[in-house]
Amino acid sequence: MPKDIDAKESGIGAASKRREDIRFLSGTGNYTDDINLNGQAYVHFLRSDVAHGRITSIETAEAAAMPGVLRIFTGADFEGVGSIPCGWQVTDRFGEVMQEPAHPVLAQGKVRHVGDPIAAVVAETAEAARDAAEAIELDIEELPAVVDMKAALAEGAPKVHDDLTSNLCYDWGFVEDNKAAVNAAFEAAAHVTSLELVNNRLVANPMEPRVAVGDFNRATGDSTLYTTSQNPHVIRLLMGAFVLGIPEHKLRVVAPDVGGGFGSKIFHYAEEAFCTFAAKALNRAVKWTSSRSEAFMSDAHGRDHVTKIELALDADNNFTALRTDTLANMGAYLSTFAPSVPTWLHGTLMAGNYKTPLIYVNVKAVFTNTVPVDAYRGAGRPEATFQLERVIDKAALELGVDPIALRRQNFITEFPYATPVAVEYDTGDYVATMDKLEEIADIAGFAARRAESERAGKLRGLGVNCYIEACGIAPSNLVGQLGARAGLYESATVRVNATGGIVVMTGSHSHGQGHETSFPQVIASMIGIDENMVEIEHGDTNNAPMGMGTYGSRSLAVGGSAMVRATEKIIAKAKKIAAHLMEAADADIELKDGQFSVAGTDKSVAWGDVTLAAYVPHNYPLEEIEPGLEETAFYDPSNFTYPSGAYACEVEVDPETGKVSIARFAAADDFGNIVNPMIVDGQVHGGIGQGIGQALLEGCVYDENGQLLSASFMDYAMPRADDVPFYEVDHSCQTPCTHNPLGVKGCGEAGAIGSPPAVVNAVVNALRSAGKDVTHIDMPLSPARVWAAMQG
Amino acid sequence: MYEFEFTRPASVAEAVAALNAEEAQALGGGQTLIPTLKQRLAMPTTLVSLSGVAEMQGIGLQDDGQLVIGGATTHAEVASGAVGTYPALAALAGQIGDPAVRNRGTLGGSLANNDPAACYPAAALGSGATIVTNTREIPADEYFQGMFTTALEEGEIVVSVKFPVPEAANYQKFVQPASRFAMVGVFAARFADGVRVAVTGASEEGVFRWTDAEAALASSFTPDAISALSVDPDGMIGDIHGTKAYRAHLVNVMTRRAVAAAV
Repeated sequence: MPKDIDAKESGIGAASKRREDIRFLSGTGNYTDDINLNGQAYVHFLRSDVAHGRITSIETAEAAAMPGVLRIFTGADFEGVGSIPCGWQVTDRFGEVMQEPAHPVLAQGKVRHVGDPIAAVVAETAEAARDAAEAIELDIEELPAVVDMKAALAEGAPKVHDDLTSNLCYDWGFVEDNKAAVNAAFEAAAHVTSLELVNNRLVANPMEPRVAVGDFNRATGDSTLYTTSQNPHVIRLLMGAFVLGIPEHKLRVVAPDVGGGFGSKIFHYAEEAFCTFAAKALNRAVKWTSSRSEAFMSDAHGRDHVTKIELALDADNNFTALRTDTLANMGAYLSTFAPSVPTWLHGTLMAGNYKTPLIYVNVKAVFTNTVPVDAYRGAGRPEATFQLERVIDKAALELGVDPIALRRQNFITEFPYATPVAVEYDTGDYVATMDKLEEIADIAGFAARRAESERAGKLRGLGVNCYIEACGIAPSNLVGQLGARAGLYESATVRVNATGGIVVMTGSHSHGQGHETSFPQVIASMIGIDENMVEIEHGDTNNAPMGMGTYGSRSLAVGGSAMVRATEKIIAKAKKIAAHLMEAADADIELKDGQFSVAGTDKSVAWGDVTLAAYVPHNYPLEEIEPGLEETAFYDPSNFTYPSGAYACEVEVDPETGKVSIARFAAADDFGNIVNPMIVDGQVHGGIGQGIGQALLEGCVYDENGQLLSASFMDYAMPRADDVPFYEVDHSCQTPCTHNPLGVKGCGEAGAIGSPPAVVNAVVNALRSAGKDVTHIDMPLSPARVWAAMQG
Repeated sequence: MYEFEFTRPASVAEAVAALNAEEAQALGGGQTLIPTLKQRLAMPTTLVSLSGVAEMQGIGLQDDGQLVIGGATTHAEVASGAVGTYPALAALAGQIGDPAVRNRGTLGGSLANNDPAACYPAAALGSGATIVTNTREIPADEYFQGMFTTALEEGEIVVSVKFPVPEAANYQKFVQPASRFAMVGVFAARFADGVRVAVTGASEEGVFRWTDAEAALASSFTPDAISALSVDPDGMIGDIHGTKAYRAHLVNVMTRRAVAAAV
């Protein structure tokens, strides 16, 4: 057990074991694919095998006559149905709104990426549906595809969407008013470091593939969708209001146990709308379970930025200005939050941990004939961190200074700090996390370890970087100004039962984060009862109040705060009841360890006495307060939270093959206050694992015709247990968030944000130790790429 | 997958008879065939499982010193059963796939499929093994005929494989990062009368013998003996995991490592 986990047994700060793991690990979870409804039919989607083409004919009659087939749907069946909506509208640097193409549930006339759904066969069995899909006679006139972003923006490039003026979604400048001053600072700089890099396209690949089951109740006219979602209320709103025209009171969305999301299950997908639509059309429940092959070509991908970054320094090595140009791939359609990722989740983080006074970020978002790209663990912040922390390392190389010292010299040290990219960091202590990192990573011992590696014929490298992220997304009024078409509060209903047990219905959604364990710790601490008296319910729009779901490391900071606010209301009311029971004044009632007492007396009543009185109000102030004990709160934060940290990676490189092994990895994070340190460790471990995956292994590759070359685990390399080391993780540096009641910051994405630059910095450092003039290698740092870099 | 009939014969004769049926397909451990069926890339009418054929099971030493392994013997059985007799072969089998693969996949299945990135073809070719079928004995040098292509006739079954046991041998595998199949795998074996070096994973033609290295190693079975040698990148596989030049380079590196480990 990590040394910063104390021996506290329960409540806030305790390393309570994850109660949900018992069902997850014993095969008794209730995942969407476990849901089978009476009379259920199955859908198989016929998907495009070309990247770009015009559908010239589609003959379904023969296929529809095959055994077991109920109906075959094509784009024509969806002509009156809405487009899959985009939830964020970016305004470009000229004040124009982005180009926003339609995104049909089933292709209308054209296909725009390999995997684009063309037709859907609903049949009695999944096999029958697949058999019939193969019998559909389809003619597609193949059109030239655009895959490379620069080529997509070139004059005369084939257009992904004929009705748009070009493949440019938007040309965003941030902060546009800073541009001239930034350029002037570059003119005046003593040194400029420039770096061109790629942030590789990734596929999230949660263990559980996506599943949707649509159901329709003919008696009530109600629709239900069971789906693998991180935010069922958002799906209800987007699908109901924008696609299918079902009012929210006639539509229930349930996201039960979900086996990992990493962002890819935030978005509203065509398959969800199809199953809901088809269930009503056929008066049958309709189920779709994605195969892994389908997931590769239909789940939203992540990252895929091509960037040029320049850092200006003065003669004393102070950062004076930063300038970046990024091409961001949107894929063929705008996925739910895609436009926000390279802009507001990326540009606003470009200051990093440093007091660079002038920053200008340009992002051109581009349509290509590829799967849509959207948020993936970190979403914009890993892209910002990677380029910034790489260019700083390159600057240190060029200037011949220690990369840690160069960072320390430029750290922001006073808080709150208003960055030149619109956000204000409330708290942080970057010196403390770097000090802690140097200690736990044993930076001082690196030289000896390098010598040992060299004796074994290996090159050893050390890479260090910092990161800052904006989590707990965020104030609704702010994101509304930035283009969000949704609010970003969170909700909680705390329902106390007569005998004192509590059920909390939260709008947050747990798909691996451990909410069922950590949320009760908070409430139990506030009341002073055993955490096993508290149960969390989530994922069903019929139970929880309207909530925005889980992404952006927001669950505890926003959802937890809503829960705190609701519990505060509960406690206030319970105190009134206790005051009545003890014939004392409300103001004199204290609550400690589950006992209400009258200050200065030995009078007390237990939590359970008060909750029973609320529901059996025989002796109760009915004229003053209502019976019952149930409260709801909505919490809308006043700012993002700003977790930060410093990471160190040591690699060994086999100079003959280019194979990189991670020898050591240390992470010193500042997450503010910690509720469950074991869960935090797990989140950091998983994040670093995914970051190492991006840095060394994962790469989603298309050929020039838009065929997906990395279309299965045979060619898309996921990190495995033996690819990652045992981590040294510390989160004892804690500068609590100043604006949420728990003082928490969020920890879910930190590992994935903070680790890729450390790995790449370490490999460059290792190769340079052998005299190789290498300053950068694009991810993933496969053996072949590292070897090629060593050949010069 | 599409529908098919399934039979599980108890003898080679019954299996051969079953394979005479139209579009019948032999099933070894199914580690390639089952995923292929699930993707609907094959449509056999009958699957003839060889796992119940007693004559195709087990590992034994012949009087002439050759190790005979039944075609239906799993990788896991070879990994544990050949440790004492042919440790390099046992080690190779123990590195194939993961435990689930090793407990289902078979020697005969791997050789009949001849995946260009499979490990066993390197061992068979590198050992100068003899592939024993229901009708004949085929020397390894004649058996492997390019990617997924062998000397097997329609309906012919790999009943067993006879491995001459070298004085020293070793297999070195550099894995493709995603599949962990061999990106380059080299089996180097020193016999009293010469050296054999077989390379899998690297070539567009499937497993091949690196004869230049064999000649150099025959006079000096040391890594240094082949330091200056190289295979022609032309003909190597180039894909998203590595260029032709990288694979050619790895052939040299893995051969030197195999020789060093075998000495």
